[in-house]
Amino acid sequence: METTMTESRDVSAAGITMDETQGLTFPRIECKNIDVFYGDKQAIFDISLPIPDRSVTALIGPSGCGKSTFLRCLNRMNDTIESCKVTGEIIMDGENINDPDIDPVLLRSRVGMVFQKPNPFPKSIYDNIAYGPRIHGLAASREDLDAIVEKSLRRAGLWDEVKDRLTSPGNSLSGGQQQRLCIARAIAVRPEVILMDEPCSALDPVATARIEELIDELRKRYCIVIVTHSMQQAARVSQRTAFFHLGELVEMGETDQIFTNPRERRTEDYITGRFG
Amino acid sequence: MTDVAPAPFRNEKALRRLKKRRAADARFRLYGLSAIAFALLALSVLVASIGFQAISAATYHKVGFDVVLDPAVIAPKGKDTPADISRNVDGFYALIRSNLQGTFPEAAEDRMATRQLGDLVTRLAVLPTAKWVSENPTQIGQAATIKVPLSDDLDLYLKGAVSKEFRLRLGDISAVTEAAPRQVRLTGDGAFKALQSLIAVQRQEVGDAVDARSILISAGSTTGRIMSLDADAAEVTLLTGSATDFSNVRPTARMIELPETERNVSDLQIAWTLALKDKGRVSRVPHTSLLTHTDSTYPELAGALAAIVGSLLTMMVTAFIAIPIGIFASVYLEEFAPRNRLTEIIEVNINNLAAVPSIVFGLLGAAVFLGFFGLPRSAPLVGGLVLALLTLPTIIIASRAALKSVPPSIRAAALAVGASKMQSVFHHVLPVAGPGIFTGAILGMARALGETAPLLLIGMVAFVADVPVGPTDEATALPVLIYSWSTNAERAWEPMTAAVIVILLMFLITMNGIVVLLRRRFERRW
Repeated sequence: METTMTESRDVSAAGITMDETQGLTFPRIECKNIDVFYGDKQAIFDISLPIPDRSVTALIGPSGCGKSTFLRCLNRMNDTIESCKVTGEIIMDGENINDPDIDPVLLRSRVGMVFQKPNPFPKSIYDNIAYGPRIHGLAASREDLDAIVEKSLRRAGLWDEVKDRLTSPGNSLSGGQQQRLCIARAIAVRPEVILMDEPCSALDPVATARIEELIDELRKRYCIVIVTHSMQQAARVSQRTAFFHLGELVEMGETDQIFTNPRERRTEDYITGRFG
Repeated sequence: MTDVAPAPFRNEKALRRLKKRRAADARFRLYGLSAIAFALLALSVLVASIGFQAISAATYHKVGFDVVLDPAVIAPKGKDTPADISRNVDGFYALIRSNLQGTFPEAAEDRMATRQLGDLVTRLAVLPTAKWVSENPTQIGQAATIKVPLSDDLDLYLKGAVSKEFRLRLGDISAVTEAAPRQVRLTGDGAFKALQSLIAVQRQEVGDAVDARSILISAGSTTGRIMSLDADAAEVTLLTGSATDFSNVRPTARMIELPETERNVSDLQIAWTLALKDKGRVSRVPHTSLLTHTDSTYPELAGALAAIVGSLLTMMVTAFIAIPIGIFASVYLEEFAPRNRLTEIIEVNINNLAAVPSIVFGLLGAAVFLGFFGLPRSAPLVGGLVLALLTLPTIIIASRAALKSVPPSIRAAALAVGASKMQSVFHHVLPVAGPGIFTGAILGMARALGETAPLLLIGMVAFVADVPVGPTDEATALPVLIYSWSTNAERAWEPMTAAVIVILLMFLITMNGIVVLLRRRFERRW
């Protein structure tokens, strides 16, 4: 997979075609002509973006450029905002998930999300993880559930730290641990895609490094989309990067290319710190 | 840009400014402290004055009567079923009256005195005894000691609440001479000197009004009224007892400030009460009947039981209606309702509803529940419905505030793991908001518990002699009982009212205590 990625260097933002992406890697999610409106105000303008499987796609751009809004389209979290309207097609497994008869609850069980601020439920560590499997009926027995909890915590690299205090409240953990708990919670419902909305912005560098290692680890199993303000983080964890500006997709491509050889002037200005 | 010299730390201007700021700071603290001090003072004065009054109603006086439960009197032929016996007030009262007449034969001399003697104990005071005997028929024909409450006015007299009284011990009486029946002359060397000087002092204060005051003199069970006196002798009219009791003792003199014509208890009644007390037949006991009796026209027999039960029944109806509706309404408004003009209008109106005077809700209840639906008057059901309407806005507002305080990140977290909207609300939002919601509910109920006006309008002020058992029985409520007792003229109602206020406050404090406990117990941080 790595090899296919490095081979296809020449993918432009505007002119990407299905064939080229398939050459790159199988696109887990294919976004076509997404427009997002908050009331009368348009926040996202006609964005088309393929998102490859088993890799990390970073969305970067200055504040208010619509990268979080776009991310929230992918699990239809924007539905919860009353004035928000999304048009365009988001194809996942051959289905347009924007279709009104797609159940957003089912979608969200397949597209997990991790938020900017760690937000564990005010419950025990165990219940934080077990909640999703419970409501989706993923565990037939108590043993199953225990196994899911352990596996999820292991994958999130938290098991060794919390295995002796699974009943203590999730909020009693440190910020970085809480965020890994949230990642474990997302993993527990067996998603295929994990969306991360600036997952490290509330954490210190040490905790950030742990999360980044974790993301790198998770990449082998999941399709990950991460919004980040940190260019270094995008460069470190992602294979592909998309640069958003004022609601438009300015440029996208392989991370190496975006950071070393951006095609667009605006991208270059942003990553070199001249604006934003 | 010009260079500005840095301001020096210490110069006159800076120091002056600092001093001013510190003074303003100190002033502000002083205002705050005095506001709190004032509030605390007002509260403690209020509580102290109610508590002080209520304390005198915490005990009352009962008189014991050794009687034989003569079947001819209490269970005559044809009226001897237990039901008849329990209602035979006249029969039991006759036992007490004849006992009193036997103890104080002088009362038979004139009708006025006979009536006054009977007034020592209220007729209806024998009802509990009648009930007890009807339940224990083997007692009929046996000797028994019946303890009944002393009439409220004499109870107040014994508690010192009727009038100010100057009491002093006189000197030794050396000779008692009976001038006429019940007229005696007491002599003793300087025995009345102290009393004389008291009268002189009082005369200086109030002038000749002192002559209208009764001066009673008692020794043992004997009491008389002093008609005239000098330092060594006094002319006394005997009220009760025998003159021989005075010889060679130091009698007690009582000057009662309020003249006999201005009080509800006559000198004669006081004399009898003192005599009963001297015989050890009067005892001061805890006023348990306040909690076990229902309302009565006689303060010494009245209790708040019916009102307590009525209040509880009313609160039950209110809780069953207002809490679920309030919680569901607030959950819908806060979590599910679309944000549009209609929702806004509903919200504004709920807030307005919270400010509607409670008496308006009473009018509404009278018109709708009584007039239109034809529900029974004076019933806890209707009271509960009206109070539910009254507390709904309070509960909705408090619940919405509690729901609003749940961080949106918890909702997002639940949705993101694939919980439905309902699941996110019922699994995550409501548990977190729960203590806040229940705080609001209990505070709303506490407000309802203290409401009087709406209950007056739906007839819950009716005199209720039976303890209500169901929500459709006639009932009254604690605040209404307070209102109706406080409008009674007799002095004895005053401490009784205070005592019921204390009971009501106990209920409120308990409810608020539960609120505090809930908050402590379930407060969550995130």
